[in-house]
Amino acid sequence: MSFTFVLGALIILTVGGFYLGRSRSLASAGGTASRLHSRPHYYGYFVALWCGIPTLLILGAWTVFQTPIVEMIVQSNLPERMLEGDPAQMSLIMNDIRNLASGNITSGEITPAVQAAADQYVSLLQTSGLAKFVLILVIGIAAIAYARGKIDPSLRARNQVEKTMMTILIVCSVIAILTTIGIVMSLVFESYRFFEKVSPVEFLFGLEWSPQTALRSDQVGASGAFGAIPLFVGTLLISFVAMCVAGPIGLLSAIYMAEYAPSKVRGAVKPLLEILAGIPTVVYGFFAALTVAPFLRDQGTFLGLDISSESALAAGLVMGIMIIPFVSSLSDDVINAVPQSLREGSYGLGATKSETIKRVILPAALPGIVGSFMLAISRAIGETMIVVMAAGLGANLTANPLEAVTTVTVQIVTLLVGDQEFDSAKTLAAFALGLVLFCVTLCLNIIAMAVVNKYREQYD
Amino acid sequence: MTDAVMTDVQTPDQMRRDRAARASDAVRRSLKKRYAAEARFRAYGIGAVGIAMAFIVVLFATIISSGLPAFTQSAITLNVELKQDVIDPEGTRDQSTLINANYRKLVFDTLLAEFPDVTSRRDKRALTAILSSGAAFQVQQLVTSDPSLIGQTVELSLPVAADFDLYNKGVINKGTAESDRRVSNQQMAWFDTLKERGIVESELNTTFFTNADSREPELAGILGAAMGSLLTMLVTLALSFPIGVCAAVYLEEFAPKNRLTQIIEVNINNLAAVPSIVFGLLGLAVFINFFGLPRSAPLVGGMVLALMTLPTIIIASRAALKAVPPSIREAALGLGASRMQVVTHHVLPLAMPGIMTGTIIGMAQALGETAPLLMIGMVAFIVDIPGGITDPATVLPVQVYLWADSPERAFVARTSAAIMVLLTFLIFMNALAVLLRKKFERRW
Repeated sequence: MSFTFVLGALIILTVGGFYLGRSRSLASAGGTASRLHSRPHYYGYFVALWCGIPTLLILGAWTVFQTPIVEMIVQSNLPERMLEGDPAQMSLIMNDIRNLASGNITSGEITPAVQAAADQYVSLLQTSGLAKFVLILVIGIAAIAYARGKIDPSLRARNQVEKTMMTILIVCSVIAILTTIGIVMSLVFESYRFFEKVSPVEFLFGLEWSPQTALRSDQVGASGAFGAIPLFVGTLLISFVAMCVAGPIGLLSAIYMAEYAPSKVRGAVKPLLEILAGIPTVVYGFFAALTVAPFLRDQGTFLGLDISSESALAAGLVMGIMIIPFVSSLSDDVINAVPQSLREGSYGLGATKSETIKRVILPAALPGIVGSFMLAISRAIGETMIVVMAAGLGANLTANPLEAVTTVTVQIVTLLVGDQEFDSAKTLAAFALGLVLFCVTLCLNIIAMAVVNKYREQYD
Repeated sequence: MTDAVMTDVQTPDQMRRDRAARASDAVRRSLKKRYAAEARFRAYGIGAVGIAMAFIVVLFATIISSGLPAFTQSAITLNVELKQDVIDPEGTRDQSTLINANYRKLVFDTLLAEFPDVTSRRDKRALTAILSSGAAFQVQQLVTSDPSLIGQTVELSLPVAADFDLYNKGVINKGTAESDRRVSNQQMAWFDTLKERGIVESELNTTFFTNADSREPELAGILGAAMGSLLTMLVTLALSFPIGVCAAVYLEEFAPKNRLTQIIEVNINNLAAVPSIVFGLLGLAVFINFFGLPRSAPLVGGMVLALMTLPTIIIASRAALKAVPPSIREAALGLGASRMQVVTHHVLPLAMPGIMTGTIIGMAQALGETAPLLMIGMVAFIVDIPGGITDPATVLPVQVYLWADSPERAFVARTSAAIMVLLTFLIFMNALAVLLRKKFERRW
């Protein structure tokens, strides 16, 4: 029983419940709707909600818990001898069973025990699917029958339906909080496991980053060092290059658009600048790697400079272009929010437009501009695809933008892409990096928003 | 000091005039400089806007110029004899015999027949390398779909391998040293001969729109990724739109102004600024490791992207709800509607265009998102077109990333072409949002 099929059945059942409830309410009132407490369709909604909500919850819970429970049963049925192995061995066996069940290629030869387990896996999944379908059908029909039985002209259907709807609305707004809690919990929990293996001091202040874990103990570079300073420096270096591009260009174009541009130009240029924010970052990454990096390298050779083809400069330049609209649109807003009286006062004293901007408007708008810069920096720090495609992989502690550096986001991606087990320090390190990233961007955002809000209040 | 000034012949009036003259002289002298500074400052602004615009032009020009060649594909027209003794020597027309027959040999023999003087094994192999490995597959498809063709000679247009396609388009040429390219001089000569005979054609690359990913550039297409994107977007829309609108309605219309709603509000604003990769970590830790949902599936991808677009939709929906004037609510309340009826019958329909605009913009963002999907394993090499939301799949931007990473030179054009397709979708969605706003925008 596929998910879509069961969902379809559930929807048909719910819609059926609606019509049953509506016709029942009319019948119970002898065909005159005015004798009912609520309008007939509310009785329809009443039955539909009774049927739809429990079945939908069951379907969701079943889908989520089906695979873990089936795997637990299969695992407990494996022969004793196979259960004795260490957890890594166990997960390998389970992987084989899963692959065999879905008809994929398995890693080793198939022992009869594994084959039997795979057969059991398939049959359990089938049984579970069927059971899910039957259970939902039974509960749905029972709920419809129960709710339909409750209908009579004095039932306050509208009030009950509205109360349920209100609950749904509240649950939906709580999801936003749950997301944050989910992010914090998953990052903190996995990072805690990481810090059991590597001390936080070493992680935050170490100068050596080489996250490979050893296959053999005598391997070269098998030590696995987790000092994240090179990553932080690399991230800051690329963000700095990006802000060197986006800061002046964004701010100057915001000033031009707010103070100089005729409304026609403004109307045309503003959406064009917004295009820069709408282009997927993977496109920028491709552009940086394909066009900008080779161009810079060739120019470097021409000037006698040794520019790496994965230089921080290339990634930073392109990232800077990407964040121009973040700087310009917010700066534009805050410049526009400066009261006209300040400008007029300055003009009245004989100042030119540019003098007014430099001596009056910019100082007045400074907090807002700082806020927009901070938001742009937080965007640059968290940006992933451009650096994954255009920056380097090797941790390199340097402040020279012509060399290749790596960033926090690049390392998260390289550590987590591909198959991974969840108990090695290597994969857990990605979550610790994620935690740092989350905290830093959150702080930047909160401060920036507080600054901007305070500034807005000043002139309101 | 004062005595000295007083003994001077100047009266105070004269002094004032004198000072004014000196000052206005200074002003006049500095005016030229100030106007120059003014003009300079203005030029900086125009320059900044110009640089940004120039970048957009360069970006689009680069993508389009490098992507256009991918929409054509060179093909060789050959008269292939579908020999009975090669395909189905026993004449059973059994489906598995037809599928497993040696079509490679058929195709290769036909090409070799064009050059009777090529005899050595090595040369033969070099010559047949001109044809794509998809050529045999194409013949297989033809025969299995219509077995009555066996024994006849059919004229087929067979795709050439990616390197020769590049040679035909002039990307690879004789200018580079033979050791630096993957097409030898001998192969180039053969290809030129085929060209002289007029059987090499450049045709529309339909494979690009009908295939999923492949290791062979000439067989790689974007349909698989596009389907994956579609499925992922459906999941995202199905989750984020109702949840986002419900949350916005509650916060804007019903929520009491207390600490909890304040926390929710701050929280939503902060979520909007969390780096997308962190949502990927959440998806990996919670959906995949904790709940055991399948990796690489549009279901999980859609859920992660839904959480990511939720703040965008909530913020846009709240703005749209706020724009509906209170008089509408009061009128409905005055006629005896309940608060829920006011919202569902009046406020929500009036706010719908604004909500839709916000949703489309949020979906466009989600469509271009790559980083969180890398975390949940949607970066796998997948040759099948996904059929459901739990099948392994990849999406357009991830496909771009995968191809951009490939060392094969022919993938550069395909990457750009995939970007063009992606950008077309995005431009279309944004245009739709602008149109909606223009058509339904109401000033109260």
